[in-house]
Amino acid sequence: MKYLKYLVLGTLFGIILTKSEVISWFRIQEMFRFQAFHMYGVIGSAIVVGMISIQLIKRNRLKSINGEEIKLADKKFNHGIWIGGFIFGLGWAITGACPGPLFAQLGSGLGAAAVMILAALAGTWTYSALREKLPY
Amino acid sequence: MLELLKQPWPWYVAGPLIGLTVPALLLIGNKALGISSSLRHVCAACVPAGIPFLTYNWRAEIWNLVFVLGVALGGFIGYHLMGHPDVVGISPETIQDLKTELHLTDFSGLLPRELFSLDNLANWKGWFFLVFGGFLVGFGTRYAGGCTSGHAISGLSNLQWVSLVAVIGFFAGGLLMTWVIYPVLF
Repeated sequence: MKYLKYLVLGTLFGIILTKSEVISWFRIQEMFRFQAFHMYGVIGSAIVVGMISIQLIKRNRLKSINGEEIKLADKKFNHGIWIGGFIFGLGWAITGACPGPLFAQLGSGLGAAAVMILAALAGTWTYSALREKLPY
Repeated sequence: MLELLKQPWPWYVAGPLIGLTVPALLLIGNKALGISSSLRHVCAACVPAGIPFLTYNWRAEIWNLVFVLGVALGGFIGYHLMGHPDVVGISPETIQDLKTELHLTDFSGLLPRELFSLDNLANWKGWFFLVFGGFLVGFGTRYAGGCTSGHAISGLSNLQWVSLVAVIGFFAGGLLMTWVIYPVLF
Protein backbone atom coordinates (compact mmCIF):
# COMPACT_ATOMS: atom_id res chain seq x y z
CA MET A 1 0.00 0.00 0.00
CA LYS A 2 2.81 2.40 0.78
CA TYR A 3 3.76 2.24 -2.89
CA LEU A 4 0.30 3.01 -4.25
CA LYS A 5 0.98 6.74 -4.43
CA TYR A 6 3.99 6.10 -6.70
CA LEU A 7 1.89 3.87 -8.92
CA VAL A 8 -0.72 6.62 -9.26
CA LEU A 9 1.83 9.35 -9.95
CA GLY A 10 3.72 7.12 -12.40
CA THR A 11 0.48 6.38 -14.23
CA LEU A 12 -0.31 10.08 -14.55
CA PHE A 13 3.25 10.69 -15.78
CA GLY A 14 2.84 7.93 -18.37
CA ILE A 15 -0.47 9.37 -19.57
CA ILE A 16 1.08 12.84 -19.96
CA LEU A 17 4.05 11.45 -21.92
CA THR A 18 1.71 9.49 -24.17
CA LYS A 19 -0.90 12.18 -24.76
CA SER A 20 1.74 14.78 -25.60
CA GLU A 21 3.29 12.33 -28.10
CA VAL A 22 6.79 12.73 -26.66
CA ILE A 23 6.98 8.92 -26.75
CA SER A 24 6.94 9.06 -30.55
CA TRP A 25 10.13 8.53 -32.55
CA PHE A 26 8.74 11.00 -35.11
CA ARG A 27 8.55 13.76 -32.49
CA ILE A 28 12.17 13.19 -31.44
CA GLN A 29 13.31 13.39 -35.07
CA GLU A 30 11.31 16.60 -35.48
CA MET A 31 13.11 17.94 -32.38
CA PHE A 32 16.63 17.05 -33.52
CA ARG A 33 15.83 18.60 -36.92
CA PHE A 34 14.55 21.81 -35.26
CA GLN A 35 11.32 21.62 -37.26
CA ALA A 36 8.79 22.24 -34.48
CA PHE A 37 8.62 23.86 -31.11
CA HIS A 38 6.61 21.04 -29.49
CA MET A 39 9.40 19.09 -27.74
CA TYR A 40 11.25 22.26 -26.71
CA GLY A 41 7.99 23.63 -25.34
CA VAL A 42 7.32 20.46 -23.34
CA ILE A 43 10.82 20.17 -21.88
CA GLY A 44 11.28 23.92 -21.39
CA SER A 45 7.97 24.54 -19.63
CA ALA A 46 8.50 21.42 -17.50
CA ILE A 47 11.83 22.87 -16.33
CA VAL A 48 10.34 26.30 -15.61
CA VAL A 49 7.47 24.84 -13.58
CA GLY A 50 9.84 22.43 -11.81
CA MET A 51 12.23 25.29 -11.01
CA ILE A 52 9.50 27.51 -9.54
CA SER A 53 8.15 24.56 -7.52
CA ILE A 54 11.56 23.70 -6.07
CA GLN A 55 12.18 27.34 -5.17
CA LEU A 56 8.82 27.45 -3.37
CA ILE A 57 9.62 24.22 -1.52
CA LYS A 58 13.05 25.50 -0.48
CA ARG A 59 11.99 28.99 0.54
CA ASN A 60 9.04 27.79 2.56
CA ARG A 61 11.05 24.84 3.93
CA LEU A 62 8.17 22.54 3.06
CA LYS A 63 8.29 19.01 4.43
CA SER A 64 7.17 15.85 2.69
CA ILE A 65 3.91 14.29 3.87
CA ASN A 66 5.93 11.96 6.14
CA GLY A 67 7.25 15.06 7.89
CA GLU A 68 10.75 14.65 6.43
CA GLU A 69 12.80 17.67 5.51
CA ILE A 70 13.01 17.82 1.70
CA LYS A 71 16.59 17.56 0.56
CA LEU A 72 17.91 17.61 -2.97
CA ALA A 73 21.44 16.32 -3.41
CA ASP A 74 23.80 18.37 -5.57
CA LYS A 75 25.05 16.53 -8.61
CA LYS A 76 28.83 16.26 -8.84
CA PHE A 77 30.77 16.74 -12.04
CA ASN A 78 32.86 13.98 -13.58
CA HIS A 79 33.74 13.26 -17.20
CA GLY A 80 31.07 10.56 -17.34
CA ILE A 81 28.48 13.34 -17.34
CA TRP A 82 29.28 14.47 -20.85
CA ILE A 83 30.72 11.23 -22.27
CA GLY A 84 27.74 9.23 -21.02
CA GLY A 85 25.41 12.06 -22.00
CA PHE A 86 26.79 11.99 -25.53
CA ILE A 87 26.39 8.20 -25.75
CA PHE A 88 22.82 8.45 -24.51
CA GLY A 89 22.16 11.22 -27.05
CA LEU A 90 23.20 8.92 -29.90
CA GLY A 91 20.82 6.28 -28.55
CA TRP A 92 18.04 8.83 -28.05
CA ALA A 93 18.16 9.79 -31.73
CA ILE A 94 18.19 6.11 -32.79
CA THR A 95 15.41 4.77 -30.58
CA GLY A 96 13.54 8.05 -30.44
CA ALA A 97 12.96 7.36 -26.78
CA CYS A 98 14.50 8.05 -23.43
CA PRO A 99 13.84 5.58 -20.63
CA GLY A 100 10.46 6.99 -19.52
CA PRO A 101 8.94 6.86 -23.00
CA LEU A 102 10.29 3.33 -23.50
CA PHE A 103 8.12 2.13 -20.62
CA ALA A 104 5.11 4.11 -21.86
CA GLN A 105 5.60 2.60 -25.35
CA LEU A 106 5.70 -0.86 -23.79
CA GLY A 107 2.37 -0.12 -22.11
CA SER A 108 0.90 1.05 -25.41
CA GLY A 109 1.63 -2.44 -26.70
CA LEU A 110 4.75 -1.95 -28.83
CA GLY A 111 6.84 -5.12 -29.02
CA ALA A 112 9.75 -3.00 -30.22
CA ALA A 113 9.81 -1.30 -26.80
CA ALA A 114 10.27 -4.66 -25.06
CA VAL A 115 13.37 -5.35 -27.18
CA MET A 116 14.73 -1.83 -26.60
CA ILE A 117 14.20 -2.11 -22.83
CA LEU A 118 16.02 -5.46 -22.73
CA ALA A 119 18.84 -3.90 -24.74
CA ALA A 120 18.88 -0.89 -22.37
CA LEU A 121 19.14 -3.27 -19.40
CA ALA A 122 22.06 -4.98 -21.15
CA GLY A 123 23.64 -1.54 -21.64
CA THR A 124 23.21 -0.60 -17.99
CA TRP A 125 24.60 -3.97 -16.89
CA THR A 126 27.60 -3.64 -19.22
CA TYR A 127 28.28 -0.15 -17.91
CA SER A 128 28.13 -1.48 -14.35
CA ALA A 129 30.59 -4.26 -15.15
CA LEU A 130 33.03 -1.92 -16.93
CA ARG A 131 32.60 1.02 -14.56
CA GLU A 132 36.06 0.91 -13.00
CA LYS A 133 37.76 0.81 -16.40
CA LEU A 134 35.92 3.80 -17.88
CA PRO A 135 37.30 7.36 -17.87
CA TYR A 136 35.82 9.68 -15.25
CA MET B 1 -13.83 18.56 -22.19
CA LEU B 2 -13.66 14.81 -22.69
CA GLU B 3 -13.19 15.31 -26.40
CA LEU B 4 -10.39 17.78 -25.69
CA LEU B 5 -8.64 15.27 -23.42
CA LYS B 6 -8.74 12.73 -26.22
CA GLN B 7 -6.88 15.03 -28.62
CA PRO B 8 -3.06 15.11 -28.46
CA TRP B 9 -2.11 17.49 -25.65
CA PRO B 10 -0.28 20.71 -26.56
CA TRP B 11 3.11 21.45 -25.02
CA TYR B 12 1.76 24.14 -22.70
CA VAL B 13 -0.47 21.55 -21.04
CA ALA B 14 1.90 18.58 -20.98
CA GLY B 15 5.11 20.45 -20.08
CA PRO B 16 3.83 22.12 -16.89
CA LEU B 17 2.22 18.84 -15.80
CA ILE B 18 5.55 17.03 -16.26
CA GLY B 19 7.19 19.84 -14.29
CA LEU B 20 4.70 19.37 -11.44
CA THR B 21 5.77 15.73 -11.15
CA VAL B 22 9.04 16.98 -9.61
CA PRO B 23 7.46 18.68 -6.54
CA ALA B 24 4.77 15.98 -6.35
CA LEU B 25 7.40 13.26 -5.87
CA LEU B 26 9.25 15.40 -3.33
CA LEU B 27 6.11 16.12 -1.37
CA ILE B 28 4.64 12.62 -1.34
CA GLY B 29 7.85 10.79 -0.53
CA ASN B 30 10.97 12.99 -0.64
CA LYS B 31 12.00 11.30 -3.91
CA ALA B 32 13.81 12.84 -6.86
CA LEU B 33 12.34 12.23 -10.31
CA GLY B 34 14.57 9.94 -12.39
CA ILE B 35 13.58 7.05 -14.60
CA SER B 36 16.83 5.54 -15.85
CA SER B 37 17.78 4.45 -12.31
CA SER B 38 15.05 1.82 -12.62
CA LEU B 39 17.22 0.00 -15.17
CA ARG B 40 20.01 -0.24 -12.62
CA HIS B 41 17.63 -1.51 -9.93
CA VAL B 42 16.35 -4.23 -12.26
CA CYS B 43 19.94 -5.29 -13.00
CA ALA B 44 20.76 -5.27 -9.27
CA ALA B 45 17.67 -7.33 -8.48
CA CYS B 46 18.04 -9.85 -11.30
CA VAL B 47 21.70 -10.18 -12.37
CA PRO B 48 24.02 -8.54 -9.79
CA ALA B 49 26.80 -11.03 -10.68
CA GLY B 50 28.99 -9.75 -7.86
CA ILE B 51 29.46 -6.37 -9.59
CA PRO B 52 30.05 -3.70 -6.90
CA PHE B 53 27.87 -1.10 -8.70
CA LEU B 54 24.99 -3.59 -8.68
CA THR B 55 25.43 -4.69 -5.09
CA TYR B 56 23.31 -2.43 -2.93
CA ASN B 57 19.94 -2.51 -1.22
CA TRP B 58 17.78 -2.16 -4.33
CA ARG B 59 14.72 -2.96 -2.22
CA ALA B 60 14.96 0.58 -0.82
CA GLU B 61 14.31 1.77 -4.40
CA ILE B 62 11.21 -0.29 -5.09
CA TRP B 63 9.21 2.96 -5.23
CA ASN B 64 11.13 3.78 -8.44
CA LEU B 65 10.18 0.44 -10.02
CA VAL B 66 6.54 0.97 -9.01
CA PHE B 67 6.64 4.45 -10.56
CA VAL B 68 7.96 2.98 -13.81
CA LEU B 69 5.27 0.29 -13.74
CA GLY B 70 2.82 3.18 -13.49
CA VAL B 71 4.42 4.85 -16.53
CA ALA B 72 3.75 1.67 -18.54
CA LEU B 73 0.18 1.56 -17.24
CA GLY B 74 -0.16 5.23 -18.21
CA GLY B 75 1.09 4.34 -21.68
CA PHE B 76 -1.72 1.80 -21.99
CA ILE B 77 -4.40 4.17 -20.66
CA GLY B 78 -3.15 7.18 -22.59
CA TYR B 79 -2.91 5.34 -25.89
CA HIS B 80 -5.81 2.90 -25.85
CA LEU B 81 -8.40 4.49 -23.60
CA MET B 82 -7.80 8.19 -24.28
CA GLY B 83 -7.57 8.10 -28.04
CA HIS B 84 -4.73 8.66 -30.46
CA PRO B 85 -4.45 9.87 -34.03
CA ASP B 86 -3.35 7.31 -36.64
CA VAL B 87 -0.51 9.60 -37.64
CA VAL B 88 1.47 11.74 -35.20
CA GLY B 89 1.09 15.35 -36.35
CA ILE B 90 4.72 16.17 -37.04
CA SER B 91 5.68 19.03 -39.33
CA PRO B 92 5.53 18.53 -43.12
CA GLU B 93 9.26 19.37 -43.31
CA THR B 94 10.13 16.45 -41.04
CA ILE B 95 7.95 14.09 -43.10
CA GLN B 96 9.67 15.28 -46.27
CA ASP B 97 13.15 14.83 -44.75
CA LEU B 98 12.35 11.36 -43.47
CA LYS B 99 10.98 10.40 -46.89
CA THR B 100 14.03 11.56 -48.80
CA GLU B 101 16.78 10.76 -46.29
CA LEU B 102 15.56 7.61 -44.53
CA HIS B 103 13.27 6.40 -47.37
CA LEU B 104 10.31 6.07 -45.01
CA THR B 105 6.86 5.70 -46.55
CA ASP B 106 4.68 4.66 -43.58
CA PHE B 107 4.11 7.44 -41.06
CA SER B 108 1.41 5.75 -38.99
CA GLY B 109 1.85 4.82 -35.34
CA LEU B 110 4.33 6.05 -32.73
CA LEU B 111 7.38 4.54 -34.42
CA PRO B 112 8.09 3.94 -38.12
CA ARG B 113 7.33 0.27 -38.73
CA GLU B 114 9.93 0.16 -41.49
CA LEU B 115 12.64 0.62 -38.86
CA PHE B 116 11.15 -0.83 -35.68
CA SER B 117 9.25 -3.91 -36.84
CA LEU B 118 10.42 -7.01 -34.97
CA ASP B 119 10.82 -8.71 -38.36
CA ASN B 120 13.70 -6.32 -38.90
CA LEU B 121 15.76 -8.30 -36.39
CA ALA B 122 16.59 -10.47 -39.40
CA ASN B 123 18.66 -7.62 -40.86
CA TRP B 124 20.97 -4.81 -39.73
CA LYS B 125 18.18 -2.25 -39.32
CA GLY B 126 16.49 -4.12 -36.50
CA TRP B 127 19.74 -4.68 -34.66
CA PHE B 128 20.76 -1.08 -35.11
CA PHE B 129 17.46 0.57 -34.10
CA LEU B 130 16.20 -1.86 -31.49
CA VAL B 131 19.27 -3.46 -29.96
CA PHE B 132 22.19 -1.06 -30.47
CA GLY B 133 20.01 2.02 -29.85
CA GLY B 134 18.53 0.56 -26.69
CA PHE B 135 21.98 -0.51 -25.49
CA LEU B 136 23.34 3.04 -25.89
CA VAL B 137 20.37 4.44 -23.96
CA GLY B 138 21.00 2.08 -21.04
CA PHE B 139 24.79 2.47 -21.10
CA GLY B 140 24.86 6.23 -21.62
CA THR B 141 22.22 7.20 -19.06
CA ARG B 142 23.95 5.32 -16.27
CA TYR B 143 27.39 6.61 -17.29
CA ALA B 144 25.97 10.16 -17.23
CA GLY B 145 24.06 9.48 -14.03
CA GLY B 146 20.65 10.31 -15.44
CA CYS B 147 18.42 10.75 -18.47
CA THR B 148 15.98 13.38 -19.67
CA SER B 149 13.95 13.14 -16.46
CA GLY B 150 16.83 13.04 -13.97
CA HIS B 151 19.14 15.58 -15.62
CA ALA B 152 17.06 17.74 -17.98
CA ILE B 153 13.94 18.08 -15.85
CA SER B 154 14.87 17.26 -12.26
CA GLY B 155 18.48 18.49 -12.45
CA LEU B 156 17.91 21.73 -14.37
CA SER B 157 14.87 22.51 -12.18
CA ASN B 158 17.26 22.40 -9.24
CA LEU B 159 19.75 24.65 -11.08
CA GLN B 160 22.45 21.98 -11.32
CA TRP B 161 25.06 23.12 -13.85
CA VAL B 162 26.29 19.53 -14.09
CA SER B 163 22.89 18.61 -15.53
CA LEU B 164 23.29 21.34 -18.13
CA VAL B 165 26.56 19.68 -19.21
CA ALA B 166 24.68 16.37 -19.45
CA VAL B 167 21.87 17.90 -21.53
CA ILE B 168 24.41 19.49 -23.91
CA GLY B 169 25.92 16.01 -24.23
CA PHE B 170 22.48 14.52 -24.99
CA PHE B 171 21.95 17.05 -27.77
CA ALA B 172 25.45 16.71 -29.18
CA GLY B 173 24.91 12.95 -29.52
CA GLY B 174 21.41 13.32 -30.93
CA LEU B 175 22.42 15.94 -33.47
CA LEU B 176 25.45 13.93 -34.61
CA MET B 177 23.25 10.87 -35.13
CA THR B 178 20.50 12.78 -36.95
CA TRP B 179 22.63 15.04 -39.15
CA VAL B 180 25.80 13.03 -39.76
CA ILE B 181 25.40 9.32 -39.04
CA TYR B 182 21.89 8.81 -40.48
CA PRO B 183 22.86 10.31 -43.86
CA VAL B 184 25.87 7.98 -44.00
CA LEU B 185 23.84 4.90 -43.06
CA PHE B 186 20.92 5.44 -45.46
